[in-house]
Amino acid sequence: MAAHAKPLATLRTAAGLPSGLLAMWWLLASEIVIFGGLLVGYIIHRNGHPEWALEAANTNTTAGAINTFVLLSSSLSAVLAHQAAQTGNGPRAARLLWLTILGAITFLVVKSFEWTHEIQHGFVLTKSGFWSFYYCAAGLHALHVIAGSIAMGFVAWDAAKGKELQRVEYAGIYWHFVDLVWIFLFPLLYIAK
Amino acid sequence: MSSTATAHHDHDHGHDGHGHHEEQNFFLKYFWSTDHKIIAQQYMWTGIAMALIGGFLAYAFRMQLAFPGKFIPGYGYMSSLEYNAAVTNHGTIMIFWFAMPVLIAAFGNLLIPLMIGCDDMVFPRINRLSYQVFLLSSIILIASFFVEGGAFNGAWTAYPPLSANGEYNMAGMGSTMWVVAVALEFVAFLLGGINFIVTTMSSRAPGMRMWDVPIVVWMIVVASILFMASVGPLIAGAVMLVFDQNFGTFFFNPQRGGDPVLWQHLFWFFGHPEVYVVLLPAMGMSGEIIATFSRKKLFAYKTLLYTVFATGIISFFVWAHHQFIAGIDPRMANVFTVTTLIISVPIAEMCFLYIATLYGGAIRLTVPMLWGLAFVAEFLLGGVTGIFLGASGADIYFHDTYFVVAHFHYTFIPIAIIGFFMGFTYWFPKMYGKMLDETIGKIHFWITILGFNMIFIPLFFTGMWGDHRRIYNYGHFPELVKNEIMQDLRIMATVGLLIMLSAQVLFVINLIKTAMSKQENPGPNPYKANTLEWAAPSPPGHGNFAEMPTVYRGPYEYSHPDREDDYWPQHLPPDDASSKKADGEKADEKADDKKH
Repeated sequence: MAAHAKPLATLRTAAGLPSGLLAMWWLLASEIVIFGGLLVGYIIHRNGHPEWALEAANTNTTAGAINTFVLLSSSLSAVLAHQAAQTGNGPRAARLLWLTILGAITFLVVKSFEWTHEIQHGFVLTKSGFWSFYYCAAGLHALHVIAGSIAMGFVAWDAAKGKELQRVEYAGIYWHFVDLVWIFLFPLLYIAK
Repeated sequence: MSSTATAHHDHDHGHDGHGHHEEQNFFLKYFWSTDHKIIAQQYMWTGIAMALIGGFLAYAFRMQLAFPGKFIPGYGYMSSLEYNAAVTNHGTIMIFWFAMPVLIAAFGNLLIPLMIGCDDMVFPRINRLSYQVFLLSSIILIASFFVEGGAFNGAWTAYPPLSANGEYNMAGMGSTMWVVAVALEFVAFLLGGINFIVTTMSSRAPGMRMWDVPIVVWMIVVASILFMASVGPLIAGAVMLVFDQNFGTFFFNPQRGGDPVLWQHLFWFFGHPEVYVVLLPAMGMSGEIIATFSRKKLFAYKTLLYTVFATGIISFFVWAHHQFIAGIDPRMANVFTVTTLIISVPIAEMCFLYIATLYGGAIRLTVPMLWGLAFVAEFLLGGVTGIFLGASGADIYFHDTYFVVAHFHYTFIPIAIIGFFMGFTYWFPKMYGKMLDETIGKIHFWITILGFNMIFIPLFFTGMWGDHRRIYNYGHFPELVKNEIMQDLRIMATVGLLIMLSAQVLFVINLIKTAMSKQENPGPNPYKANTLEWAAPSPPGHGNFAEMPTVYRGPYEYSHPDREDDYWPQHLPPDDASSKKADGEKADEKADDKKH
């Protein structure tokens, strides 16, 4: 099929916001309840199992802290990319998005070393309820990091050619959400011992 | 759809250089389309196919209950494991693969762009993806019947530990496929739901304010929001359940520090709003139909909307009434009893507003109107019996009896079956450009309603007398067969089901007769209705409208005193008020001009 022109529906903005932005917020709303359900389940269990603190003592807080720093820094480059996109500087926005993706990759590399280490020491998924939640919640978050990186790759690809610059902002909003989830996960899984 | 499908494309998109469509082959047109109307058809017919499977399962297990251990024509002998798989998948299919795709996805896709006056969904390709994910989920569910151990048999609520352990339910593979299928189906409706919400917010026709949006569109949007806000915890729960099933975790295993009641909370936090997710679109459709065929303004439009919002909000605070006997804190049970009784207030209000709309109207008992009225009447029975179950004291006795089964079928059959026929018969001329046969339609209606009530009224009684649900053969429970009338009532319910199922042959005959008939196109507005979809040709072509409409008034200006006609379409400019000529006919002429 030939390339489709966008339907009129896509171009209208009766709500006063671009539709893509609106959709991103609704997407995040649905994501919040997914992580919300998981974390509420975890907190309830954690309260019922004081002995999980002994398990949590085996998590690597340093690695977690490094990852927190990496992820938060990558949000800065996402904001700068948005700023560049607003001034119409597509190539700069693309470069900054690639920098954000680099942060995501660093995050995943640190995480994979951390998990390898933990699994080698016997802290596997089935060791106890704590580790089940640990891998489940952090794994779901890591999937979001991967998905976000892929999406940002596509957005950066277009932005470099000066196309669809509004999407830089949407990608940034999604990335902040991924950060925010980690801000909850880090104290709940690493710091609370 | 038909030959008019491309007639108006030039007019709408001529300026952007894509003036004509190349001839699409059958596959691209019906399986790879981004047109909201085609996607609506895909959802609708997939949903109907799934309903046939769900109906067949119902036939099989009702025959087993009426005539335990006997040969079931068309099925064979039913084992207890197959019985459990049949009831489990009957429930799953009817809710997730029939009610959801038909009421929300099919009618949402069909109606939202047409009723708010735009040419498509705001994200057409995401819309296509939504259906494809849904189709994949349907295939996985059907495939689960053919794996080792058979389909999942742990009831549609999938309570652990039964659902979490293949050793308990003897269907390890089938259980995982069931959870995966349900999770994929949720993803499909999240994609679709975001599209519905954003389309309604962003893409309304010029002049359409918040209070000019037809009630059914509002209700589908509110339903989509409810779905989106409630399904997340269950998606997380589904991941945890799959881990429990396959990787040996113990989120829900009490032996190792897990908590099976956590699943119940996650499930019902979604499961109860889900009732309203499927209820609201059906409620909205009946509102449209009742206003059109009463020739009266929908009574108290804004109040109706507020009741919808109230229902949506309260629906998040009632879930634990499903768990009164699960060992939850009695103080919590009290709170949930109160919220459950409160939520019946806005729902009752909706029914009263529809009755008030009927009062003094020029009622026309067309087939869609009969379905619309039956929806309100039958749903009331479901709602009223819900009061007994929502009260924790009474529920301890009624819990998991056939009283519950009869209660929720009195809500879900009006929603899903009656709701489907109501919407399908009302918008049939819009979808296909032909009118269904009214006589066959009425016979079909009455036999279906008769059969439906014949199934479930007896089950209220067997339930009150102690019939527990999910029992394979009541012969094994002497206290449930010593009263001879109990088995007679079970047989009566099965006969009712046979009547209801065979009535659907009339529906098929009606479809075939209409498809074969050489009747003329009834024109864009056969019912003289006001909402924007009736300004588009029947069936609407690509881009929907010959001329994109502008909205000048609310959707229910019937029998307006300043106007000669008893209807006043939303898109008619105010200076046309005295025009005697129906606008629909004009649009029709235009459409004809285009064609020639």
